[in-house]
Amino acid sequence: MRDVAAIGVGMTKWGELWDKSLRTIFVETALLAIDDAGVDRIDSMVVGCMSSGLFVGQEHLGSMLADYLGRIPIPAARVESACSSGGLALRQGFIEVASGISDIVLVAGVEKMTDVTGCEATYALGTAADQEYEGYHGLTFPGLYAMMALAHMHAYGTTREQLARVAVKNHDNGSKNPLAQFPFKVTVDAVVNSALVADPLRILDCSPITDGAAAVVLCPADMAKKMKKPAVRITGSGQATDTIALSSRQDITWLESTHLAARKALAMAGRKIEDLHLFEVHDCFTIAEIMITEALGIAERGRGGRAVEEGLTSLKGKFPVNPSGGLKAKGHPVGATGVAQAVEVIKQLRGEAGERQVKGAKRGLTQNMGGTGGSSVVHVFEAE
Amino acid sequence: MAGIVGYGAYIPRNRIKVEEIAKVWGADAPGYKKGLMLEEKSVPSPDQDTISMSVEASKRALKRAGIDPREIGAVYVGSESHPYAVKPSGTVLAEAIDATPDVHTADFEFACKAGTEAMFVALSLVQAGAVKYGLAVGADTSQGAPGDALEYSAAAGAAAFIFGKDGLVAESIDTYSYTTDTPDFWRREYQYYPQHGGRFTGDPAYFKHITAAARGMMARVKMKPGDFDYVVFHQPNGKFPLRAGEILGFTKKQIEPGWLVPKLGNTYSGSSPLGLTATLDIAKPGDMILVVSYGSGAGSDAFVFKVTKRMDEVRDLAPKTRDLLDRRKNYLEYGVYAKYRRKIRKAE
Amino acid sequence: MPTPSRYWREIPQRYRLEAVKCKGCGYVCFPPRIICPRCGSREFEKTRLAGSGKLLTYTIIRVAPHRFEDQVPYAVGIAELDDGVRLTAQVVDCDFSELAVGMRVSIEFRRIYEEGEAGVIYYGYKFVPE
Repeated sequence: MRDVAAIGVGMTKWGELWDKSLRTIFVETALLAIDDAGVDRIDSMVVGCMSSGLFVGQEHLGSMLADYLGRIPIPAARVESACSSGGLALRQGFIEVASGISDIVLVAGVEKMTDVTGCEATYALGTAADQEYEGYHGLTFPGLYAMMALAHMHAYGTTREQLARVAVKNHDNGSKNPLAQFPFKVTVDAVVNSALVADPLRILDCSPITDGAAAVVLCPADMAKKMKKPAVRITGSGQATDTIALSSRQDITWLESTHLAARKALAMAGRKIEDLHLFEVHDCFTIAEIMITEALGIAERGRGGRAVEEGLTSLKGKFPVNPSGGLKAKGHPVGATGVAQAVEVIKQLRGEAGERQVKGAKRGLTQNMGGTGGSSVVHVFEAE
Repeated sequence: MAGIVGYGAYIPRNRIKVEEIAKVWGADAPGYKKGLMLEEKSVPSPDQDTISMSVEASKRALKRAGIDPREIGAVYVGSESHPYAVKPSGTVLAEAIDATPDVHTADFEFACKAGTEAMFVALSLVQAGAVKYGLAVGADTSQGAPGDALEYSAAAGAAAFIFGKDGLVAESIDTYSYTTDTPDFWRREYQYYPQHGGRFTGDPAYFKHITAAARGMMARVKMKPGDFDYVVFHQPNGKFPLRAGEILGFTKKQIEPGWLVPKLGNTYSGSSPLGLTATLDIAKPGDMILVVSYGSGAGSDAFVFKVTKRMDEVRDLAPKTRDLLDRRKNYLEYGVYAKYRRKIRKAE
Repeated sequence: MPTPSRYWREIPQRYRLEAVKCKGCGYVCFPPRIICPRCGSREFEKTRLAGSGKLLTYTIIRVAPHRFEDQVPYAVGIAELDDGVRLTAQVVDCDFSELAVGMRVSIEFRRIYEEGEAGVIYYGYKFVPE
C-alpha cells in the first residue's frame, strides 16, 4: 500500500442555495479543490451523495458530474451509505490511491436538499432507517435519536442541559467559520426552549437541512512531496457496519460501528486516541456527539455529557471536537458532510483555520456516521 | 346442538359528551339527554376502524373459545362502515387471526343488523355441518351528519362470536328473522352521511320489526317474556329498547345488563351484539337470553341462547364489556372529535 | 409508503407477528431472516412474538414525514417483549404523561396509514398500555 496525501481542498458557503442546482454546487466546489491542488490531471472521481434521486430525481451522478466537470471519460463512482456517504467516498478514494490503481483522485460529497418540502426531506432522510420496521410506523431521524437520547439519559443520567452544551459549543466554533450555514452563537436557554421536534430533542438539538458540497484531491505522498505541497497524509482508514434498525442493536446507548471503525483507523495509523489533536465528528443531533465521544474513547462510556459540560471537547479543551462548528452550525448537506470534515482537518493541519485554529494541531480524526449508527467511517490525518 | 363457543368485545377509549356536541350546534343538551336517554358515546381514533376493532374483538373471542383458528371455516363481518367499498373487511380479519387460507369469507351489510346477519349465517353453517367453527363480527364506526340528531348517538364498537358444536358457552335454541321493505334510514353511494325519515323511524320501523320478531321468536320456542332471564334489543338510543321491553312485557331488570347505549351510544352493527356480550359477561349457567336486533331497511333477527356451565370457565379469559365501557375513558372536545371523524377536510 | 406488493409481502409479520427462531443459537429474528445474524446458521423454526412487554425507550414525534403529518403529535417506542425480542411501534391510547421507561405495553392491531382517499389502507401493530 502506498502512503496517501491530501493536496487540495474545496468548499463554498453552505446554506439554502436557491440559485444553485446540484451540478452547479458540485462543479464550483470541485474546481476550488482542483485549483488548490494545482493539478491538471484527474485520474478518477468518487462522489458521496445520499439521495439525489429522492431530492432532485437524479441518479447516475458519477457520469453527470464527471461530464459537468469537463472530465469525461474518467472513471467516476457515486457511493452511498446514508449520512456517511462522504466519508465512504473519502475511503474509496484513499483505497484507489493506496492500492496504486489511480494516482490523482478527486473525492467529493454533495447534497441538494431544498428543492423539496421539509416533510419530503424528512421522508428522504428517513430512508436511512429500516423502511418496513421503523419508517413504516412513522419514525423519523429525530425520533430515532430522541429514543437513543432518552435511553442514554435513563442509563447514565445525561441531562437536557448537557445536550444543549453540545449545540452551544458547536455554534461557538461555527461563529468563527465563514463557510458555515449558521455562523452565530446560541445559548443553553435558547436551545432548551426551542421548538420540540421529537421529545426530548428540540430544533436546536438537530442539524439543519442544507445545500452544499465539499471536495478533496488525493495523490500518492511521494507525488505530493515532488509537487512541494504542504504535506497532510491520511494515515488511517476504518469502516464498520451495524444493524439497520435501532431495536436490533445490542445496546441502544452505544455506537459500536464508530468504536470499531475508529479502532481500525487508529491501528492502521499506529496511533492512540490521546495522540490526536482535533476531531470532526457526526453531530447530526446533540446526543450523537455525546455518544460518539464515548465510542471514540475521548470520554468514558456514559460520561460523554459530563465531558462536554466540563469543556473537555471545546476548542481550547484537551480534545477539541468539531472546531468547524460541526453539522449543527456548519450545516449537513448529507453526502457532503464526510468530505467537509476532511476539509476542516486538513486546513487545521496546514494551519489555515483562522480564528478556529487548534494550536499546534498535527494529527486529526474525522468520524462520519450513517443512520442511527448503521455505518461509521473514520479517518486519521497527520501533518508532516 | 350448535351455539356460541367464544365471544369478545372491543370498545375504543375515546368518548364525547352530549353537552359537547350540543354546545357547538346550539342545541338543547338536557333535552337531548332526556329524550334519547343518552349521556355520551364512543369515538374511534383515526387508527381504529371496523376492521381493526373486529380483529381485536375476534382475538378475545378466540381466547374464550380456546380453539385453533385454522379450524374456523367461515369468517363474516357485518358493518355499515366497512373501510373499503370493494375489498372485504373479512379477508383482513381472517388473515390477522390466522384463519386463512382454508376459510370462507364475506362481508355483510344491513344497516344496524349486519352483525346479527353475520351471526345468523355463521350459526347456520355450523348447524348444517358445513363448517366446524364460524366467526361472526358486528362492528361499526358510523357517522352522523354534523348537527343532526344522529350525531349524538353514532358510536363505534365491535363484538365477535365464534359458533361451533362443542365447548359451548351458550346453546342456540332457535332463531327467527322478520323482514319488510321499509325505507326508514339509508345512505346512497358516494354520500358521506346517511339520511333518515325522522319520526318514521319509530313505530313503523324499529318498533314494528322488533316486536314482530320478538313475538315470532317466542311463538316458535313457546316461551313468554317471564321465561327469559335477560333480553337484548337493538339500542339506537336509551329510550327505544326500554319502550320495546314495555310493549312486549319485559322488565327493566331483564334489559339492564345489556343496555349499554346511555354511555356507549349506538354502535350500529355492534349494538345488540355488544349488548349480548355484556349480558354473557354476567349470565349464569342455565340463563335464557333473547336477542332481537334491528336494521333499517328493515328487519330484525331474533336469537334465543341458553348459557352453559362452560361459561364460568372462560368468562374471565378476556376483558368484560362493562370494563371496556367504563374504564380509561378519554374525553374529546368537539374539534378533535371532528378531526378524528374527518368532518373537517384539509386541502389536498 | 409501500406499494401493495411491498405491503402484502410483510402481512404475516404486520398482522400475526410471525418470526423465526434460529435452530443453532435460539436467537429470534423479526422479521424472519435467511441467515442468523448471531451464529450464521441457516436453519430456523417458525415462531410468533409475545403479545406484551415493557418500553425500553420512547419519544413523541412532533415533526413528521409528509404521510404522517395529520397524526402529529404521536408517540413511538421500542419495547422489549416478554420473549426478549425488541420491537419498534407507535404507542397509542395513552396520555403522553403516562409514557415511562419500563411501562408495560401490549400489542394491538391498528390502522397504520392510508394512501389518500382512494389508495390502499395499511394495517399493522401498535403498543397500548397493558
